[in-house]
Amino acid sequence: MTDRIAAERTFGRAMGVDEATGLRPTIEAPFGKTLAVLGRERPEIVGLTADLGKYTDILPFRDAFPERFFNMGMAEQNLVAAAAGLARTGFVPFATTYGVFASRRAFDYVAIACAHSNLPVKIIAGLPGLTTGYGGTHQAIEDTGLMSLIPNLVVIDPCDATEIAAATRAAADHPGPVYMRLLRGQVPVVFEPDGFVFEIGKARRVRDGGDVGFIATGFMTERALDAAALLERQGISAGVLHVPTLKPFDAEAVAAFAGSVQRLVTAENHVVRGGLASLVAEALFDHGISRPLARIGLPDRYIECGAVPTLQRRYRLTTDALVGAALGDGR
Amino acid sequence: MAVSRNHPAAEPDFAQLRAHAHRMRRHMLVMARGPGQGYVGQGLGIADALAAIYFHELRWDPADLAASDRDRFVLSTGHYSIALWAALAEAGVFPLDELSSYGADDSRLDMSTLDTTPGVEMIGGSLGHGLGQAIGMALGLRLAASPARVFCELSDGEMQEGATWEAAMAGGHFGLDDLVALIDCNGIQADGPVVLQMEPVAEKWRAFGWDTQEIDGNDIEAVVAALERARANDGKPHAIVLRTKPGFGLPTLEARDKAHFLRVDPGEWDALLDELDRSEPGHDG
Repeated sequence: MTDRIAAERTFGRAMGVDEATGLRPTIEAPFGKTLAVLGRERPEIVGLTADLGKYTDILPFRDAFPERFFNMGMAEQNLVAAAAGLARTGFVPFATTYGVFASRRAFDYVAIACAHSNLPVKIIAGLPGLTTGYGGTHQAIEDTGLMSLIPNLVVIDPCDATEIAAATRAAADHPGPVYMRLLRGQVPVVFEPDGFVFEIGKARRVRDGGDVGFIATGFMTERALDAAALLERQGISAGVLHVPTLKPFDAEAVAAFAGSVQRLVTAENHVVRGGLASLVAEALFDHGISRPLARIGLPDRYIECGAVPTLQRRYRLTTDALVGAALGDGR
Repeated sequence: MAVSRNHPAAEPDFAQLRAHAHRMRRHMLVMARGPGQGYVGQGLGIADALAAIYFHELRWDPADLAASDRDRFVLSTGHYSIALWAALAEAGVFPLDELSSYGADDSRLDMSTLDTTPGVEMIGGSLGHGLGQAIGMALGLRLAASPARVFCELSDGEMQEGATWEAAMAGGHFGLDDLVALIDCNGIQADGPVVLQMEPVAEKWRAFGWDTQEIDGNDIEAVVAALERARANDGKPHAIVLRTKPGFGLPTLEARDKAHFLRVDPGEWDALLDELDRSEPGHDG
């Protein structure tokens, strides 16, 4: 019975849940709720989607401001182009779709229509990495890597509901374009909202420890924190550096963190090549720091359909995998 | 016809519009002579439509290019920049002696449009971008209750880009009657004569919910009349299919093979300028 309830709750959490992770409290639709609040404060904010309003949590904004919401239909190129046009007339558009469509299909529009002119278009990208069992068509496994190659574009992979809310606000305040991965539905609260500060381009040390250091982004930071707690029980001190902004990348913070630990484990819900692990390796090399580095993330291949927890276990996006990597399990 | 939000400009002075178009053609020859090449064919073909837009229909102030209530002209085919520079120079946005820098290193008169050049509303080099961004502008201006209108030039070859039709769907759906698409059908694209059959062009736009006219794009009176009709606020976006001739106004160039990138020998430029100078404005063909 307990298992069944847990499974149902797991199903309700779009990003899946790790059995090793204690179930945290959740907030529903933190992005859309925050955007609706922002909409009251800032009349220049408009919302767009490409037939995925329901699945990208933007409906609270639509319901509050129907005249400022545009459903462009299944047409992601036009979604982004129209957002750019709205930005050129003084608005701050938040355009939602899945990460696969924003990155793969609308890439030229994000790059040229938005980023080339540094327009304040905010792309909100659902189903990041392995948060859907729909297979390669829907799993955005290489989106932040692609997007990080675009000049001017800020790329954010938030960890939890608290950070989604804060990053949405930061994105609205940022004068240029932003690509933000979305965690939708019931999103766990990992960070205490009171006094929480999110700054674009800044990594945050969220746990101290010197034997091993996790450098994590997105929801993998939640799992890194849990892994660090498990390691502590084994007498191993593990620190965690959370890197929610992949571009601009906080190489200084990574270098400082790396210098304070014996060995490193990177953790990301994305292909390792071209993702966080590559950025960390580059930062270490640039700063002349050498540490053993284990990389937890997705392989260079398309991933099958299946239940999200199954896939996350199979591809090691789990607390257990992070503990193993920290202990030097050889993989 | 309801034209309340779209006050007509002064009565068109066709002699003056023809003179503008004639001078714009001259500016283009001066520009292309510098690098010895350029998209002269396309530029000469669209000159009459641009003269009608910039010197009759568009409500804008060359001295205040950032005015929030300006009408926007979006040039989607960025490689037609030569025609846009000619229009903007003719309007006084650039000094005429800057035209010879076209395509040169560090010139702001690039062979493809960047929005860092004054008067450019959008980066237009990647075909298929213009209409979607024009849709967004029209949505934004309507939301802001601005009287400004949006004009978007695109081309027949560009209609092969799927995003054109994504935007066309949206224009019809949102009933953007302050948006005018001008589709330059000159029959050429990079690989030569249009490589995919796009006809019937006007029927396609009508099917997408656009009020559509089809005219001779080198007949400046027809262009002015079509633009005036497109002022109607009847809940439909407007499409004007312009049938244009590449190289129009210079019989020597008109007679050349239809070429995307016209080849002109170095010694020919003076002869072409003479040919244009001998012709009367409005009798360019």
